[in-house]
Formats: sequence, structure tokens, C-alpha cells
Amino acid sequence: MDGLKRGGAAIVGVAESDIGQVAEGMSVFDLMAQGASRALDDCGLTLKDVDGLFSATTQSRLSVLALAEYLGINPRFLGSTIVGGSSFEYHVAHAMAAIALGLCNVALIAYGSTQRSVGRRQASLREVNPYETPFKPFLPSSAYALAASRHMHEFGTTREQLAAVAVAAREWALLNPAAWEKKPLTIEDVLSSRMVSYPFTVRDCCLVTDGGGAIVVTSAERARSLKKPPAYVLGFGHSVTHASISSMPDLTVTGAEAAGKAAYAMAGVGPADIKAVELYDAFTINTILFLEDLGFCRKGEGGAFVSGGRIGPNGSLAVNTNGGGLSYCHPGMYGLFILIEAVRQVRDECGARQVRSCEVALAHGNGGVLSSQATVILGTQATV
Amino acid sequence: MPDKENAPLTIYLDHLARGELAYQFSPAAGRAVFYPRVLCPFTGSARLEWRISRGLGTVYATTVVHPVEGKPYNVALIDCDEGFRLMSRVEDIAPEDVRIGQRVRFRVHRPGGEEPPQPVFVPEAA
Repeated sequence: MDGLKRGGAAIVGVAESDIGQVAEGMSVFDLMAQGASRALDDCGLTLKDVDGLFSATTQSRLSVLALAEYLGINPRFLGSTIVGGSSFEYHVAHAMAAIALGLCNVALIAYGSTQRSVGRRQASLREVNPYETPFKPFLPSSAYALAASRHMHEFGTTREQLAAVAVAAREWALLNPAAWEKKPLTIEDVLSSRMVSYPFTVRDCCLVTDGGGAIVVTSAERARSLKKPPAYVLGFGHSVTHASISSMPDLTVTGAEAAGKAAYAMAGVGPADIKAVELYDAFTINTILFLEDLGFCRKGEGGAFVSGGRIGPNGSLAVNTNGGGLSYCHPGMYGLFILIEAVRQVRDECGARQVRSCEVALAHGNGGVLSSQATVILGTQATV
Repeated sequence: MPDKENAPLTIYLDHLARGELAYQFSPAAGRAVFYPRVLCPFTGSARLEWRISRGLGTVYATTVVHPVEGKPYNVALIDCDEGFRLMSRVEDIAPEDVRIGQRVRFRVHRPGGEEPPQPVFVPEAA
């Protein structure tokens, strides 16, 4: 068989660093190291075992070098693919490939951001696109708002339906002690909040927090002897359709369609088998687009699908069970946190927000402005 | 050694300065290419012809940006009739009145100073 082998590797350790608003003076590498230390504790390995190192952040040009220095290791394999918030889903696949080839055995994937503490302007370099920048789109919000406008036009999706995504995320967040937001939210609250880029108010947009974390990936063989039940990587797929929003082929169809198809094919499962769906909800439209493109409902029906509490804690499909980028934590490249939550769901560690009999979970990362899409499907030992 | 090529952006902006909305056409692909570049993204061919748009198009997507300070303004994606899309804004009407499907016509906006000219649009009927 060509390519990645279903269940060939597993995520065995996961941890957040401090998140929300971190202590003054903390660096992105302090946060990565916190995440590394906690994720290694989580699986009973140590830094000495780490021979593959991956990182991504917007706050360091050569982050994996700086991280290796900080940790005092000289790993056999390095990866620093940076495709926005979806980077870490790619890292999982690249780690899996490296492990299969014997290039490393224990891969540590780390992220850190202090964007709340230092301000968004300091946290990510502003790039000038001569074909977009003159028109002053408020990026990334305006790019997603343009996609939302098109979805509303073609399918009759409403602002109330977008708001339902934020409300469901908030309901989940109230079950997660680590979540940034602690108060209930109503559809009316979302609609009446400060307008950012129509149709989005500030409550349709992800949080701006600090945060980081790490995950540990190793071979299926090694995974079985570690501290906790492994979350096996059953499937992976990705797709890149554009970089800037003016070059996105169709604003109502994302690369999640192709990414999901590839991941489902590798995993040998379909949407009906997925018990916890962790999607990169940078904006409320994301959840609707990805539920459609990943096959949980038909194209154009996402607005109706998310309404009436269907994706909340008492709904029929568990979506963004940590509270999502909208209500739990969003340090700029949120993709690592959906992997952490998917692993915890598969391990049955989520307490009040635990999805019952969660044998298979899906983590779907998004990068840029709907530009890069990457799907990771995780399963318990029984699913391998 | 071949002569150095002019940058696609420079050629594009020179046309804009003359009041023209320029785009590229790829004979190999049989379709328009935008933004301007040195090879066709559909075929990989380096042969791209410069053409001048008639300047008519349709609003494909639209948003109104509400800055923390200052007035709300429009940002839109425009599908030009020649088959290419660009980011722009629709002027001469309130930003919230810009509609998807609306027919629009190109004009040049000259911000002055060091800033290059910009392609903006107005309602076709205006």
C-alpha cells in the first residue's frame, strides 16, 4: 500500500500550555516547552525519547531551531511546515511518514503564541498583497465575511444561523473549565454585538488569546506500551485551494471536501462513524462550511443543520466540544487544540463534555483564509 | 541572456495609470488569468497575453468593514465579464447597499501621493 498506513502511528500525549492570558514576559518557547513537558508527562516519555521535532508559530522565523535549542535536543528529524492554523494536522501526517520510514520514533509537535499579551499586530507580520491591501479588507475577518455573504446569497443562510454556531460553542465552553468564556450567550447577544465585517459581529469571530501546547506522536507498536490509551491516526487528508480570498475558486466550497474524502478513504469510515467533530471555527461560517464539506449535511443545508441546538451539548452531533476557537481559546493558529480535544474525547477524559462511546473523532484544521484544509481521523484501539 | 522581463505588477499598474484595467489571457488555457503573473496557473505556460478589460462585471461577494475608528466601507469581489475576479469596492452607493449579482462598471481611483492607482467599481447604471 502506498502512502500513510491506517493506524500506523498514534497520538499518545497531549497538553495545553498556559492559555488565555499568560504571565507577563512568557515567550512562545516558554509555552511550547510547558506544552512539551506536560504532553510528555501525559504519556510517560521524556525529552530524551524525542527524536523528531515539529513546530509552527507566527512569532519566530526559525521556530524549530529555537525550540530545539531551548529544549537542549538535536533531533534526527525536524519539521516546520507552516500553513496557518492547519499546520499541526500536517505535522501529524509528516511525523507519521517519518516514523514509518524509520527517520524518527517519537515526534513532539509544539505551538506557542502570546498574541493577546503582545497584540495581534506584534504577533503576526502584516503582508502586503498589491491586489488586495489597497482595499483595506480587515483580515482575516473580511475574507470569511465574503464567504459568508456568498453562502447567504446562494443558500439563504441567515445571521441567526451563523449566531447559532457561536451559541453552541459557548454552551460547550461552559462545560470546559479551561475555556476563556464563562458566561452564557444568546443568539440575540451575537446579533447585537459590535459589527466587525458584515455579517460578522465580534461574537461571530474567534477569540484573541495567548496559548500553546504540544502533542506526542509515536509508532503504533510503541504506543501500546505507554501510560494512556493511544489515539490511533486512522486517516489523514489535506487540500490547498488558494492563498488569498480573491483567488478562492468557489467561496461556498472549501478544500475540506477533498481533505475529508481522502481522510475517510484512508480511515475506512464515513461521517456517520464520527462521534466527536472538532472543527477549526475561526468564524461562525467555518463550522457551517466544514460540516457541509465533510459530509455531515448537504451543501447549502449547514445553516439549518446547526440551528435548534443540534450541535450543542444536548444536540444530535457533538461539534467543537471544547468550546472552539469561538469560546475556548484562539491564539492565532488553533489547529493544535482540536487535535488535543479529539484525543481526549477518544480517551474518554472530557468529564462533563465527554461524548459517550467516542470510538472515532475527527479533527479538521483550517489555515489562511479557508486556504489550507487538513483532516485527521483518530480512533481507539478497538477501531484499528 | 534574454532581456529582463518587466514585473507583471508594474505592467498592470502602468495600465491602471492610463485608466485601463489590464488582465492576462492564457492562449494555452483559453482563459483569463488574474492577478498578473509570469506563468499561467492552469497550464504552466509562460506565454501570457496582456488584454484590456471592458470594465464591466458583477458583484460576486461583498462585506462592509466597520473599523473601530472611521466610517464603514465596502470590500467586494468582482467577477469581470472576461472571466477573471478581483478584490475591489463599489463606490457611489452606501456600502451596505452593494448587492451580490449587481452589475458594476470599472473606474480608476487615484489616491495621490506615493500610492498607486486602484481599480474600483460603480453601479453600471450610474
